[in-house]
Amino acid sequence: MRAALSTLEVSRPRDLAHALKLMQVAPGAERPTPLAGGTDLLVYLNAGAHAGLRFVDLWGLRELRGIRTGREGARLGALATFSEIREHALLRRRLPALVAAAAEVGGRQIQNRATVGGNVANASPAGDSLPALMALDATVHLRSVRGERVIPFASLYRGYRDLALAPDELITAVAIPFPPPRSRQFFRKVGTRRAQSISKVVMAGVLRLGRDGRVDHVRLAWGSVAPVPLRAGRAEAALSGVAPSPAAAARARAALMDDIAPIDDIRSDRDYRLAVAGNLLEQFLRAADPRFAHARGR
Amino acid sequence: MTSRATLTFTVNGRRRRVTVPPMKRLLDVLRDECRLPGTKEGCGEGECGACTVLIDGRTVNSCLVPAVQADGAVIRTVEGLARGPGLTALQQAFVAMGGAQCGICTPGILLSAHELLARSRGRVPGDPEVREALAGNLCRCTGYQKIVDAVRAAARSARPASGVRRRARPAAPGARRAGAKRRPAGKKLRRRTR
Repeated sequence: MRAALSTLEVSRPRDLAHALKLMQVAPGAERPTPLAGGTDLLVYLNAGAHAGLRFVDLWGLRELRGIRTGREGARLGALATFSEIREHALLRRRLPALVAAAAEVGGRQIQNRATVGGNVANASPAGDSLPALMALDATVHLRSVRGERVIPFASLYRGYRDLALAPDELITAVAIPFPPPRSRQFFRKVGTRRAQSISKVVMAGVLRLGRDGRVDHVRLAWGSVAPVPLRAGRAEAALSGVAPSPAAAARARAALMDDIAPIDDIRSDRDYRLAVAGNLLEQFLRAADPRFAHARGR
Repeated sequence: MTSRATLTFTVNGRRRRVTVPPMKRLLDVLRDECRLPGTKEGCGEGECGACTVLIDGRTVNSCLVPAVQADGAVIRTVEGLARGPGLTALQQAFVAMGGAQCGICTPGILLSAHELLARSRGRVPGDPEVREALAGNLCRCTGYQKIVDAVRAAARSARPASGVRRRARPAAPGARRAGAKRRPAGKKLRRRTR
């Protein structure tokens, strides 16, 4: 397997424009695989599980680096690493769910190398940052020689590891609007241990109570419970516009069971995942407002 | 067909130039081309941390870094941790407190702990913080408690001369060259490794 590594070809573009040109190949020719931090791709290569022979190394492209913030939100360059995300003072304040996700991706060695763009492109249903990006209404910025395109994160995955990207498109950035003031954010990953393990269930949530005491903003996003990272639309609908109560939490939990479709696999099984997903939802609601757990907030 | 690339980088203060397949693992380049066998291979898939090295002051799993991405980088392996004739405070603490058993995980753990101490700049990290910082390094002898104790002891005793506390922030560009200048001869390094 490893001997085959010596036959692989890597192009090293000077800048983004050059990289986009390299991504443009004749019909029938092999689409080169973009290489960012390599923490997923090298695992596939070392295991002999990646068929591609051509790579475009994006690591040196300054245009894809850095985290920019403004009043309205943050723009993460595709090559922003999870260490950069978890160490960013403003993101820690405004996007704690994303920061929590970044802090639980692999271990430090992985976080120093793994990028947000790579996590999105790898499209694993268990990708740790993906539910956080989804719950935070992220958009994904794409570029090709043909131009720029922005797509909502929620419509990025068409099916299992199937991205709505043209073959010549590269992810250049992920933009995240700051959630409305006073909203509560949540992230929780359940695996065999906190670091390194691949999630059995992973969830991110955002919830806000309006001035009238009713839920006026809710996002519930999940990983490892379906072929793609997914928003729990029915559970969100069950919570929208309602006042916190144990009955509301129970209705949301019941609705969630119709949103998700976990499977039995090497890491866990369907029944466990359904139970844990329900528990995580209740944990989030309880943390967001104690009245979800007890009628009078004992 | 074999593709090759000529790459230049600094390892433990010494400039290196290698011609290797661009997707060759940095781990193999360090062990084969640079003859630095202190960096170990464990799982080969980024889970165990045995192959941890520093690139520009940050820990990475060298089994997951293609050689091509090391071009221009400043790399530090366990052989380059100590700068003087002795061991660093961190290494001494591992010896004194039984922080190493079979030793396979030790080089990687030393580098992860080194990064933690550089990050905490003189502050003694708490037990949970050390455990979190070392979470990407597995010890199959399961000697974790003594490892954590050794890291905290090193943080308490860190002296500027040890080369542990005085490291500037890992990503600071100034910090890279400082190491390179201070130790021109790479051949001295190996002697110090037991």
